[in-house]
Amino acid sequence: MKKTLLTLFMSSLLACFSLAGSVPAFAEEGVHLDKAPINISDKASLRRGAKIFAENCFSCHSAKFMRFNRIAKDLDMSKSDVRKMMIFTRDAKGAPTKIGAVMKVAMDAAYQKRAFGTTVPDLSVEARARGADWLYTYLRSFYIDPSRPTGANNAVFPKVGMPNILWKQQGLQKAVYKTIVQEDGVKANVIDHMEIVVPGNLNQVQFDKYTADLVNFMVYLAEPIQNVRRSMGWKVLGFLVILFVFAYMLKKEYWKDVHH
Amino acid sequence: MSSLLGWIDDRFPLTKMWNEHLAQYYAPKNFNFWYFFGSLALMVLVIQIISGIFLTMHYKPDSHLAFGSVEFIMRDVPYGWLIRYIHTTGASAFFVVVYLHMFRALLYGSFKKPRELLWLFGMFIYLALMAEAFMGYLLPWGQMSYWGAQVITSLFGAIPVIGNDLLTWIRGDFVIGDATLNRFFALHVIALPLVLIFLVIAHILALHEVGSNNPDGIEIKKNKDANGIPLDGIPFHPYYTVKDIVGVVVFLFFFAIVIFYIPAGGGFLLEDNNFIPANALKTPAEISPLWYFTPFYAILRAVPDKLLGVGTMGASIVILFLLPWIDRCKVKSIRYRSAIYKVNLTIFIISFGALAYLGMHPVTLTNTMLSRLFSFLYFAFFIVLFITSKNESTKPVPDRVTS
Repeated sequence: MKKTLLTLFMSSLLACFSLAGSVPAFAEEGVHLDKAPINISDKASLRRGAKIFAENCFSCHSAKFMRFNRIAKDLDMSKSDVRKMMIFTRDAKGAPTKIGAVMKVAMDAAYQKRAFGTTVPDLSVEARARGADWLYTYLRSFYIDPSRPTGANNAVFPKVGMPNILWKQQGLQKAVYKTIVQEDGVKANVIDHMEIVVPGNLNQVQFDKYTADLVNFMVYLAEPIQNVRRSMGWKVLGFLVILFVFAYMLKKEYWKDVHH
Repeated sequence: MSSLLGWIDDRFPLTKMWNEHLAQYYAPKNFNFWYFFGSLALMVLVIQIISGIFLTMHYKPDSHLAFGSVEFIMRDVPYGWLIRYIHTTGASAFFVVVYLHMFRALLYGSFKKPRELLWLFGMFIYLALMAEAFMGYLLPWGQMSYWGAQVITSLFGAIPVIGNDLLTWIRGDFVIGDATLNRFFALHVIALPLVLIFLVIAHILALHEVGSNNPDGIEIKKNKDANGIPLDGIPFHPYYTVKDIVGVVVFLFFFAIVIFYIPAGGGFLLEDNNFIPANALKTPAEISPLWYFTPFYAILRAVPDKLLGVGTMGASIVILFLLPWIDRCKVKSIRYRSAIYKVNLTIFIISFGALAYLGMHPVTLTNTMLSRLFSFLYFAFFIVLFITSKNESTKPVPDRVTS
């Protein structure tokens, strides 16, 4: 009975953790998300991702909690490389933004509202808010929709204010619909898949890899310390295992004169 | 050295206190697994206070700066990420060990005479801990911080007549805002920690006055040797200090796994939505409190009327305070109690776990019906206990502790 209770209690605690932890990452509309093929310890991929980020995202999106020189340090790049790659702004004195500064953009909020109808979110921790799979699927899910002001809509984030910024690389794709019968019996048109109608500079395999590099960088950007954290972890755990042996032997030594 | 100790002892009861609470405090020798969690809870409290002090050095309680200051702790403060993860993981770890500690009391009747006051102090600690965790969760100023606080404080608005004024008084504004952030910061870093420390001292003093219970639920003070030392007792120090060190190391092992490998805890310790800065104009699709509040949140949502729901949720916590008087069985430990109690307790634990699960998932028709069922079973535990415990058919209790 005692064992049963213990097991029940522990398993109910564990069940609570695992169940909600394993809820698959679905977008608001129930769109299935593709698994992002990323590797956070692949520094070459992170460097490619940083370049893609600088060239495509970093004109409108800031990453105002991150510093340029942190990227140089973490991704094994020289400061001048980082400066050439991603510093396009100038500070209040008119001098180029310093390498130790945070990653702000020149575009102000009022302009963003006029251009996109909304402010542009800061991307410092976007990967932690959305998840890598969401970003990976979102960036590959723009399709032609003449009813939108930007001419593009998104299957993961319908009516998004962001234009299809990667169209040159991906090409333009259209949504192919299918009719399904919903739970309440009403028929509805939903997106079945996408078809490239205007080819881009990259083929689909290349573009998937291109997007994965960008997402990889954004995951790094959201928690720059994570590689250090993981490598520190096993050292701490190793120390605790050794400490456990000594603590257990000490306990045994003291308790040998306690008789049950 | 001994003359220094003598000098101090002439002026302060150092040796006396050491003996009373450690070297000559006799604890039953048959403590099992469940008896690790009291000392672990004390250690987590210390971890939280120390990590909290360091976070306070860099955190800014200002609605414009709070979110950013947390991110700068994660990026620019040396080892700031480690301190923050220790603190966020520690909050959940606190509830894990406290829930296990409370479950131990249910198993072995540790709340029963003469330990009623000990239980009450413990319950007040639990209550203060919930307030502490709730207020701390506002501080990162993310979407879930903001909307969680908005929903939970709005419960005060359900109180008739004074509700709305009380709500404004608590928030310091008509909605959660800068004023709320500042006062929650004050309460989180000084007021509630002080309350917690005083309550923990009272809890330990009460424990050492009546002595520890044990898995057999018998009083070791009934059998003493010629020197007045309990026959089944062993000095807390060194026996239980060295044993608790083993427990601490095992605990830290699991604690470190979370900190270094799953710091967000699958959304349980750091919710995804909390990485989006608080926005008073954008309500998230789903607002759910952190896992340790969800059983009570499920009870709240199970009741269709807001005031009644708040009342039922309050009752679900208040009823725990009354446990020493609800359980009228003279036998303490589950080892010697009836099958009815064992079944009743099992259903209670399942209900608590199920409510925790339901409280973290969206409201659907099925979920609401299940929440009602398990809320009913939650309260049924106490009713069945009150009725059946008076004349429970128990097994004979031994005179001396078993292993």
